[in-house]
Amino acid sequence: MIWVDTILQGVLLGGLYALFAAGLSLVFGIMRLVNLAHGDLIVFGAYLILIVVSVLGLHPFLAAFIAAPVMFVFGWVLQKAVLNRTLGDDILPPLLVTFGLSIVIQNGLLEAFSADSQRISMGPLETASVSIGPISAGVLPLLTFGSAVLVIVALNRLFYRTAIGRAFRATSDDPTTASLMGIRPDRVFATATAIAMLVVTIAALYLGTRANFDPNVGPARLIYAFEAVIIGGLGSLWGTLAGGIIIGVAQTVGAAINPEWQILAGHVAFLVVLLVRPRGLFPRGN
Amino acid sequence: MAATYTVTTRTPASSMAMISALVIVAILFAAPYFASRGLIQDLFFILTMLTLAQFWNLLAGYGGLVSVGQQAFVGLGAYALYGMVILMGLDPIISILFAGIAALVLAVPTAFFAFRLQGAYFAIGTWVIAEVARLSVAQWQAVGGGTGTSLPRSALREMMLVGWIESAFDVRASAARDILTYWLALVLAVATIAGIYWLLRSKPGLALAAVRDNTEAARSVGVDAGRMKWFVFLTSACGTGLAGGLIYLQKARISPDAAFSVTDWTAYVIFIVVIGGIGTIEGPILGVLIFFLLQSVLADYGSWYLMVLGLIGISVMLFAPRGLWGLISERTGIQLFPVRRRLSGGTIKKREG
Repeated sequence: MIWVDTILQGVLLGGLYALFAAGLSLVFGIMRLVNLAHGDLIVFGAYLILIVVSVLGLHPFLAAFIAAPVMFVFGWVLQKAVLNRTLGDDILPPLLVTFGLSIVIQNGLLEAFSADSQRISMGPLETASVSIGPISAGVLPLLTFGSAVLVIVALNRLFYRTAIGRAFRATSDDPTTASLMGIRPDRVFATATAIAMLVVTIAALYLGTRANFDPNVGPARLIYAFEAVIIGGLGSLWGTLAGGIIIGVAQTVGAAINPEWQILAGHVAFLVVLLVRPRGLFPRGN
Repeated sequence: MAATYTVTTRTPASSMAMISALVIVAILFAAPYFASRGLIQDLFFILTMLTLAQFWNLLAGYGGLVSVGQQAFVGLGAYALYGMVILMGLDPIISILFAGIAALVLAVPTAFFAFRLQGAYFAIGTWVIAEVARLSVAQWQAVGGGTGTSLPRSALREMMLVGWIESAFDVRASAARDILTYWLALVLAVATIAGIYWLLRSKPGLALAAVRDNTEAARSVGVDAGRMKWFVFLTSACGTGLAGGLIYLQKARISPDAAFSVTDWTAYVIFIVVIGGIGTIEGPILGVLIFFLLQSVLADYGSWYLMVLGLIGISVMLFAPRGLWGLISERTGIQLFPVRRRLSGGTIKKREG
């Protein structure tokens, strides 16, 4: 029975990793930009929520609603002013600029908040759990997983049912032709990154409430997010959720065998999938 | 019309550069005779970072392989050296060779996995493997597990050549070790630069440049792009491992978090190459000097220093993607290590192209 419990915990943890990965996947899908600062942006979002919670005394969920528009605008400006300049055939500029950004955000947070680990308090919700027969699950992990599913449904609807989604897909396929149809790729890209920052805010909320965080935890979240994206197959959001679940289950099972193997087990699972299915589990034909 | 053409890469500036390079290397070699111990340690740091930067530049600037996981080879090289000294009782100097071999051995599976990923995902793939290496080494209790270990005093005392340097320079054993590792770092840096320069001027180097500029076009004229990538990746890994072994021999103390640090062994190295000028041999040399100056000035400010470094890296990438050396050579046309082949002699009059 303990194994069923371990695997359930892993699946729910996978929801968190899918949330980390969804914003990354969105940005990559539209502009082929790999944002190495993604993990640090999530940590930045967590600090933003923490500030709102401690200054205004709001519940973290409400605080996230205040942080979200700030992150949205930040993402828009970041893409328009900086990242758009790096797009092109050469993969070096976006990689190195976002890598630099990652270092700047990490050390900026370190300077502002010190290296002490922080946590956003959820009150009694933190320890609340529901039981179905012999199995019990925390409410917060369940909420995380539910949010991940909702985010993926929403992003898929946005992509395939709305005008902006059509513009995303057109620009992703061929920016030049799309611009002939009156679409401005630079604005489309800025909007995409801004939306990705909304997803980042949701990821930040759960990052900050489920465990301690400090300015240096970003790169590790980035790696889990990447693993989820690559396992799932590039461009497939449901695949990303599956990828997150695989990493999550591997980590909890690894930790159950030996606590020191938790992270290692996740990485090994990623390498095994890469070995067997180099294009991921659900590759989108291209 | 019997015209005789010659293909040259040499320029007047490069001949001057060669002579100055020889003079500089001679002075650096003699440095322990007149320099203080602090200066020797600074020079050691500069030379090892330069070696790491040259190898990363070979990977990213010439091979088009942007790796964020070079710390895997620094760390593994260093741990191989410690393993050989602690478990096998080998002389630390001989063990440096095993640092290179261990990195080379790790590079084979790393390349096998990472080459399945394209472009930016390749970068993350190398990072994941570096993390796996760090976490695995932290499980290795014989070399201290997660907390790390030191080189045994007896091994350091009996290290070859140290006794000779002690009496020749009339210094204590610790200073003699610094001089020895400094000389080795100088040899490694000079061999790296000379080797890469030789490679770029040779036929494989031409193939490498062709693959970098246009993979498809290079393939169409018969260049085996896949083999070039393997060659570059393995060479860089081996060199990075040697440098890693040397760095931790000088430190005499190791821990997994330090030896596999992405900031120390990859972020710094990337900034050195980007600021100096990617895709040139001159760039990393200029970059490491700027990096050292910035560090000397700003090191007391801790995280501000890294922020400034990050911002400079971003600005250079946005506004001068060829780096500082790129700006200089664009303005003046000077190339200290020219690799471009020019045709001269015969009926073609001297013409710059």
